[in-house]
Order: sequence, then structure tokens, then C-alpha cells
Amino acid sequence: MRVLVAMSGGVDSSVAAAILAESGHDVVGATLKLWGGPSDSGCCSVADVDDARRVARQLGLDHHVFNFTDAFEASVITPYVSDHAAGRTPNPCIECNRSIKFGLLLQRALRLGFDALATGHHARVVVDGGAGGGVGTGARLRRGVDKKKDQSYVLSMLSGRELARVVLPVGELTKAEVRARATELELGTAAKPDSQDVCFIHSTRGRRGFLAERMPLHRAELVDASNGEVVGTVPAGELVTVGQRRGLGIALDGRRRYALTVDARARRITVGSLEQAVSARLAVETAAWVGPPLAKGDRALAQTSAHGAAAACRWEADAVVFDEPQPLVAPGQTVALYDAADPDAVTGAAMAASVSTLR
Amino acid sequence: MQVYLDHAATAPMRPESLAAMLPCLTEHFGNPSGSHAVARRARMAVDDARDDVARCLGCEPGELVFTSGGTESDNLAVLGAHGSGRGTVMCSAVEHHAVRNTCEALGATIVPVHRSGLVDLDALAGVLGPEVGLVSVMLVNNEVGTVQPLAEVAALVRELAPGALLHTDAVAAVGWLDVAALGAVADLVSVSAHKFGGPKGVGALVVRDRVRLAPVMYGGAQERGRRPGTHDVAGIVGMAAALRVATADREDAVGRVGRLRDRLVDGLTASIDGVQETAPHTGAEGARHRSAKVAYSCHLRVAGVDQEELLMLLDDQGVCASAGAACASGAVEASHVLLAMGFDADEARTAVRFALGYTTTGDDIDHVLDVMPKVVERLRA
Repeated sequence: MRVLVAMSGGVDSSVAAAILAESGHDVVGATLKLWGGPSDSGCCSVADVDDARRVARQLGLDHHVFNFTDAFEASVITPYVSDHAAGRTPNPCIECNRSIKFGLLLQRALRLGFDALATGHHARVVVDGGAGGGVGTGARLRRGVDKKKDQSYVLSMLSGRELARVVLPVGELTKAEVRARATELELGTAAKPDSQDVCFIHSTRGRRGFLAERMPLHRAELVDASNGEVVGTVPAGELVTVGQRRGLGIALDGRRRYALTVDARARRITVGSLEQAVSARLAVETAAWVGPPLAKGDRALAQTSAHGAAAACRWEADAVVFDEPQPLVAPGQTVALYDAADPDAVTGAAMAASVSTLR
Repeated sequence: MQVYLDHAATAPMRPESLAAMLPCLTEHFGNPSGSHAVARRARMAVDDARDDVARCLGCEPGELVFTSGGTESDNLAVLGAHGSGRGTVMCSAVEHHAVRNTCEALGATIVPVHRSGLVDLDALAGVLGPEVGLVSVMLVNNEVGTVQPLAEVAALVRELAPGALLHTDAVAAVGWLDVAALGAVADLVSVSAHKFGGPKGVGALVVRDRVRLAPVMYGGAQERGRRPGTHDVAGIVGMAAALRVATADREDAVGRVGRLRDRLVDGLTASIDGVQETAPHTGAEGARHRSAKVAYSCHLRVAGVDQEELLMLLDDQGVCASAGAACASGAVEASHVLLAMGFDADEARTAVRFALGYTTTGDDIDHVLDVMPKVVERLRA
């Protein structure tokens, strides 16, 4: 099988490439240049490209650099900014996976005559009930073996058709096993720290610095949800995330306050107590399914952040209704859905919807 | 089969160049700035090379400054002119980054070009004035192959900016145009050895006798203080040897390679839908531009095809071609030349450059004509 491996310059994709090459596949490495601006983290710095190139050379693989900066700007950066302007909290890594890595890159790989695209994500693609991943139709996505490193959440919006062309070799390994393999192979990336942050956000200037260059940030008033009183302001309402506690600068009657809603247009954020910052009902939109969609009323497990726990719920098409109230989820965040009877199996994904009304 | 059509990136070394270099890397290892017999032997090699290069470039030996290549020559020209207190700098929008980025660092005016890639002379006339200290317009564009009307540029500069120096980056022209004659109107001329079959890491800047440049680097008295540092004897000797051959072969090469290029362009535009020359030189449109394109350059846009994908599949078929400039990571960047010519970023991403050269054969062209339609068809499927 001819496989194109997306090599970020990190240890996971390095080992993914090594595993495929060892299995005798015809493997070519590619690193994506996604971001041309100043950033010191993530997957597209020149140092990371060099790391990927060196690993490819160690493994005897051809390596290419693909320039997707324009597409990244259009498909990831632009919506990232406009979502913030609209008071939503986007997940740019998920959008990048959907539109760039498993969108444009996968299409390119197939055009170039590859049978599959591989990445270093910790998740498993299962075909026809068998484990390991490979080429076929109607593939399914499962959590990675290492539950602490599981990345099925950020891949939950991929369809079975797309997954059928995806290989995730490290999903069968724990992170410790990945590092051990890299050390054994003397790969230069063996001890490289995991990437943590959004690749285009500079660690010192942060999200605020990035957004301030691209959109106006507005002072917003904080309104107590219980009585409608204005209890303070924040310098940039667009940077407040629903469910956030820190940075709101208020502690009415000594109790902590949480952001309950963000209305960017009205420049108003409602705040409330911890008890108010939970809800059993989570409005969702734009669902995508790995295979057959859930029917209204079906049981499911919903995970609302990359490393959070999945909670039992009922699928209601325009909402998920949790068995127990859950912390509020910011509009724009991905809600990954797992099979209630098989908790490692991804069934699909939806997006937390904007809630426009103030109570 | 390996078909190397990226001579504009670098040409394979001419055997004459390598042969001339080897003794300088072995027995004649001396430092030409010394006084003893070993040093004098090295000095003689540099002196002879200087005479040969000067003759080929139409300047006096004392007007040559040996450098580390085209980028240093361009930097020395622009920074040296600016540093001597001459005034503002300006360059065309399609200059190599070595000129354009240097000029921009000095706050330069960027002069637009026409869709053909030729510098807009009316626009140039509009921005020239007594305050201008340096104008830089290349002789041949390294990406699309257009030959700039340097004599007309020079006439405008002398008339409207009499205090200004004229610099021309002739890196992409040596061996293909009569640089001695065409560059005679310029005060400063940059060349680079590896583009005409010499080694990488050596070049020269012609600095006319009347011109005073401020040094960019400080050190010893080599090159009359204009470029300190121990001479790269082997590189300089290798450059001279390559330039002698390239100059002697020039007329034959232009005829032979020009015919191969025409066959490539005509063949590809005929056999593949949606293939167009970026700066036309054949057909009705090209008739008006025929003299305005260098003989080795085939620069095309292939509608509906991404250049990164095209280059990868051509590489798989043994064809080494190129597109635009590479950034630090090695990714292909949208060409500033094509953007300056008025193409949008999407159009720029469909561009591919085949740069023929002295080693190119008819079999090479046949191979490209054979594989290119299949590759394009696959990418469009």
C-alpha cells in the first residue's frame, strides 16, 4: 500500500511513519506549512519541518513540504476570528483536521496516487470489525489505546468514507510505548515535548494579541443573571468563553461567578453562580456522522472537550440532554458522540449551538 | 530517466570548471594576499581569472569585485550605493529577493511591471527624480524569463535621475545574452557562477571605475577594500573557466536550446488543454514579445493543477522542474513575480518552470512531452 504520512515533526507522527515503513508499505512523508506568521508553538515552524525531514531521512523516506497557508487562512484563521467576533469559542484544531488534514491533504494524497493518509493521532480506525485501520469502506473510529492521550474527540467529525482512507498507527500504542519505539529507533524526536497549544497562537502574545490584530475587541458589561444588574465590565467581551470563571474580576458576595452567555453584538455577558453554570440540555447544530446517524431519543455518550469525560445523554437532534446537569459548553465547541453500548466507538459529532436569548 | 530542467535554480558544473578548480584545492592552496612563492602562485590564478571574467563581462579587471554569489553582489550594489549617501533606492517589482528585500529594507519605491513582466517605463519615469540614488532593474527575470529593456531604463535614469546609479542583476542572463553589451549601460552588474556551470558560492559585481561604493563588510584590503576576506581561489578560477565556455558557446546555445524550448512550449500547449505561457513568446501574442524572452525559459500555467502536486508527479517521472521560490521550510510560496504581473494567488499556484540549459537534449524534451499530459490528466481527474 502507498501511504502518505503527515509528519508534524513530533514524536507520534515520527513513530507512525516508522511503523508503516517497517510493515513494508511504500511510505512518503509530508509536512504541512500552515501558518506563515510568527508563532513559536505547534506544527509549522521551520524547526519542526527540519525535525520531520531528519526523521524521514533516518527512516529512508522521501519527504515533502506542502504549502497550505492560503487554505489554512481561509478555512481556519478566518472562521476563528469571525467566531470570536460573534461570541463563539471555536476549536481551530478540529477545523484544521476537517478541512485541511483530512480534507485537502487527503484529497491531494489520493490524487497523487496514494492509497491512504496516515497521521500520528492517538485513535484507532477499525474496518469491518478488525482493528488497526486500513483501506476499505465504512470504517469506524475508536478511542486510542492510551485513554489519557486519546484524540478521537478531534477526529470525531470524520465520516466513515474518509476514515476508510485513513491509517492511525499509534492508536494501538500508549504514549510511553510510542516514546520507547522512538528511542529504540534513535529518532531525534523521541524526547520532544507534546505540542499543547494552537499552532498559530504565540505563547507570549496569546489569543488576545492574535485577535486584537485582526478584529476590534470591545468592552462588554457583565450582567448578573439573577437580577439583571450590571456588576462590572471586561475589556474584551469577545475573549470571554461560556463557562469561564477566571478573568471576570468579580466576586459578588464572596461567591465565584461564571460566564453563562456571551452576546458579542450587545456587548453583554451574563454571569451567575456555579449552580447556574450547569445545564442538562445542550443545544447543538451541524451534526456529522461516522456511519448511521443517531435517531431522536437514542442513548449516547457526549464529550465536550478534548480530554474531558464523556457523559451519558439522550440524542434529541437539536440538543443532547444529559442524565445529569453538566458544565455549560461554549457555542462553537465540538460535542463528540460515542456509542452508549460501546463507549470507545465514535458515532459522530455536533457543534454546541449559539444561545441567543438572555434569561 | 532523469531529466534536469531546473538550470535557472542551478546548472550542472561544467567539466572545464571542475578541472580548473582541482589544482587550487590541492597543490596551489596558497593565500593570494601573501608574498611568498606559494601565495604568488595563487595570486596569479586569481589575476588570470579576473582578466577572463572582465573580458567576458565587458569591464576592466579593476572593475570586478569577487563575491560569494548573486545575493552578495546584489546586496553590495544596493547597500553600497545607499551607504555612500546617494539618496533613495528603487527597483522593479519582479526583482530577485536579493534585490527586492534589500531595497525594501531601505524603504525603496517598487516600480510595477506589465502583464508581460516587463517593467512599466511610464511608471518608472513617474517616480524618477533628482533624489534617487539607485535604480535596480534585472536583465532577465529568473522565474518567467522576460528580458527587461535595460537600455530604455538607462536612458530614463540618465535623463530624470542624473545622480542615480543603475544596477542590473544579470544572474539569469549570463551565457544567454551578451551581458557585456547589454550591461554596458549599467553602473553595477551582478553575476553568479553556479547559474552558468561554475561552482556555488562565488559571484562577482561589476563596479564601474567612476563609481564609489560604501563597503558592506569591513576587513582586509582584498578587492580594493570593497569586499574583504581571503579569496575563494578555487571558486573564482572555476567561475572564470565556466564563464569562458559559456561565453564562447553562447550563440550556439541560444540557437540550439531556443529550438528545444520552442518545441517544448509548442508541444505542451498543443497537447494539453488549458496550458498557457506566462510571458508569451510563441503564437500571435508572442510575436510581439519574441525578443523579450530568454532562450532557455519555459514558464507555463496549467489550469486546474496545483504546482506542488504537478512537481511531485513530474519528479516521480524523473523530471526536475520548479515553481516559484521556496521559503525557509522548503514549501513553495506564491511567486511575487507572478503576483506583480497581475496574476492572482490561485493562478500563481498553477505555474511551473522548465529551465533548459547547456546539457538539455532532444530526448529530455521528448520525455517531458510524453509524461506531462498523463500527469496533468491524473491531477485533473
